Amino acid sequence: MTTPVERSTNPPTKTAAQTVGGAPAPHQIATGHEGTVRDQIDTYVQRIRGGEMGMLPALAGLIIIGLVFWIATPFFFTKTNIANLMTQTAALMMLAVALTFVIILAEIDLSAGVTGGLGMAIFILLTNVAHWNWIAALLVAFIVGATIGTFIGFMVARIGVPSFVITLALFLGLQGVILVLLGNAGAYRIEAPAVTAIMNKSMPVWAGWLMLAIVVAISLFTGLYDRSRRVASGMHVRPMSLLWARVIAWAVGGGFVVLLLSLNRSTSVIPIRGVPIVVPIALAILWVGTMMLDRTRFGLHLYAVGGNPEAARRAGINVARLRMVAFVLCSTLAVVSGLFTASQVGTVESSAGRDIVLSGVAAAVVGGVSLFGGRGRLAQAAVGALLISMITNGLGLLGLSAGITLAITGAVLALAATVDALSRRRSGATALTRG
Amino acid sequence: METPIIELQDIRKSFGPVEVLKGVNMTVYPGKVTALVGDNGAGKSTLIKGLSGAQPYDSGDVSFESSPITLAHPKDASQHGIEVVYQDLSLCENLDIVQNMFLGREEVHQSMLNQPEMEKHAAATLQSLSVRTMKSVRQKVSSLSGGQRQTVAIARAVLQKAKVVILDEPTAALGVAQTEQVLALVRRLADAGVGVIIISHNLADVFEVADYINVLYLGAMVAQLKTSETNYNEVVAYITGIKGDTSAAEEVEEEEVVS
Repeated sequence: MTTPVERSTNPPTKTAAQTVGGAPAPHQIATGHEGTVRDQIDTYVQRIRGGEMGMLPALAGLIIIGLVFWIATPFFFTKTNIANLMTQTAALMMLAVALTFVIILAEIDLSAGVTGGLGMAIFILLTNVAHWNWIAALLVAFIVGATIGTFIGFMVARIGVPSFVITLALFLGLQGVILVLLGNAGAYRIEAPAVTAIMNKSMPVWAGWLMLAIVVAISLFTGLYDRSRRVASGMHVRPMSLLWARVIAWAVGGGFVVLLLSLNRSTSVIPIRGVPIVVPIALAILWVGTMMLDRTRFGLHLYAVGGNPEAARRAGINVARLRMVAFVLCSTLAVVSGLFTASQVGTVESSAGRDIVLSGVAAAVVGGVSLFGGRGRLAQAAVGALLISMITNGLGLLGLSAGITLAITGAVLALAATVDALSRRRSGATALTRG
Repeated sequence: METPIIELQDIRKSFGPVEVLKGVNMTVYPGKVTALVGDNGAGKSTLIKGLSGAQPYDSGDVSFESSPITLAHPKDASQHGIEVVYQDLSLCENLDIVQNMFLGREEVHQSMLNQPEMEKHAAATLQSLSVRTMKSVRQKVSSLSGGQRQTVAIARAVLQKAKVVILDEPTAALGVAQTEQVLALVRRLADAGVGVIIISHNLADVFEVADYINVLYLGAMVAQLKTSETNYNEVVAYITGIKGDTSAAEEVEEEEVVS
């Protein structure tokens, strides 16, 4: 047993700590924050062995696949390709993040892709045909997304239609709506330069470093804040060195990427440097979403409903409303994903968003978000998206056909789902919740 | 005799043509364990669901600490400090102990979850119940044994400052040692002044922990007995309907309550 040594900063609760058979250490129920760095690492290892692997398999996959492609093609780890990878991942990542909100509830939204497509179709009609200001048009696109989300949420939570079925219906139906709106003719060019800039332009170099400084500062200050709150409550705190380690990891890892992107990656005379504009946007959304899931009642209740809806209902949680909100969030973020795609290609087509949704689900699952519900974080979905983009990108560089890319992506998904199922069995989580 | 914390009078409940509760009376005292026994279909669950507010009674009077109350919604029950620990355990396995104990009633600080305070109160509650089998309050419930889960569910009720805790088959799925643990916990709960209602099929458990034994037979309360003044065979006789005429049930129990 690695019961941590008590450094009792805990308030003296009337001691129920009977010493069993005169054992010296009074028993207190720990909180997981006690002990030295060593103890913390031990606890972490124990958690992993207990089946709570989080994003570890995905991270391992990321490293392995990265190494394989690095060896296979020298172009993979070049500045240009890393910048490409980031923009190629953005739309998929946003969709995977969007889907995570409903997957946590053990629901699914197959219409997320075309919801993004419809949002963009309406956006392009408003800007190109009705000559609206692009910001107003974008706002309308988000409202369209939120409305679709409300409709799905209503059908699922109030009427009781399985989300698979209603979103499949929308997947088909909304494709039709986009076709009707845009006509068969095909693509509309995006004329707002600000929109195409999101994916195709970079921030000035100094802005990239400023972004990194903000990220590191947030990491440091949330850590210090949490710590001070625990101290104020008289609870144990983790060793300070762990906090520093986290902050330094952000600074070094982020610093490496920003440095790489700050160098000229152009192959022509016009230099291209700086962090792509999409990166801070995606990071901000990811951060706000993670805060919501980790630190608010809404987030906790989302996991509770995903784990055991009946228990959540008995605890007084408004399950129906929560489902509605999750679908609204999903569909709205799906429009952001649609925006990224449109920005990247510079056009909106009548087939917008048709193919991406299953990749989005795959990305979330590969990252470790459980389709059984109740498990998974936004960062995991993001890592999963990066993994899938890397496969597509790397195999593309190797000149392999789309068929092989699809086959390998499928194999990775199958592997991820297997890891998920096995780790669930290990933590015994399937036993009661799916009665 | 102390004043009852809950008094049920002439409780009736039907589902369509089926009359499940036919004028049930029951009293629960603070600091005592009142067992509710009866065969399957006797109406135990229906009686409890009414008390929890989840499935209101058709008619009858409920008084709480000598004043009449209505239980139309689970919120009514929890407002009066009536908490139910269900047989199938209303816990989320993917959440940890603290999260489960506070589920639906989280403490917040500036609209963010107040983790340290919740951890502190959860640990203090578990310690006040002399729970010594758990390592960390941040353990996931999926990693706990059946007895530990039952403990968390009971601690959850205690944390909400429950005055009445209703336990539905708390030992049904447990081994011998864990059953002993949970029964000891039930006893401590009552000793702390909580009125405990325990539903059980296991008469050995009932005789070990209960102060009073109430027997339901086909929707009627056929006996309200003091554990110290009855025995196994008598209780079984009431449960199986050998003893105690259903039609005369109401009169019989009136007399016994007085005794």
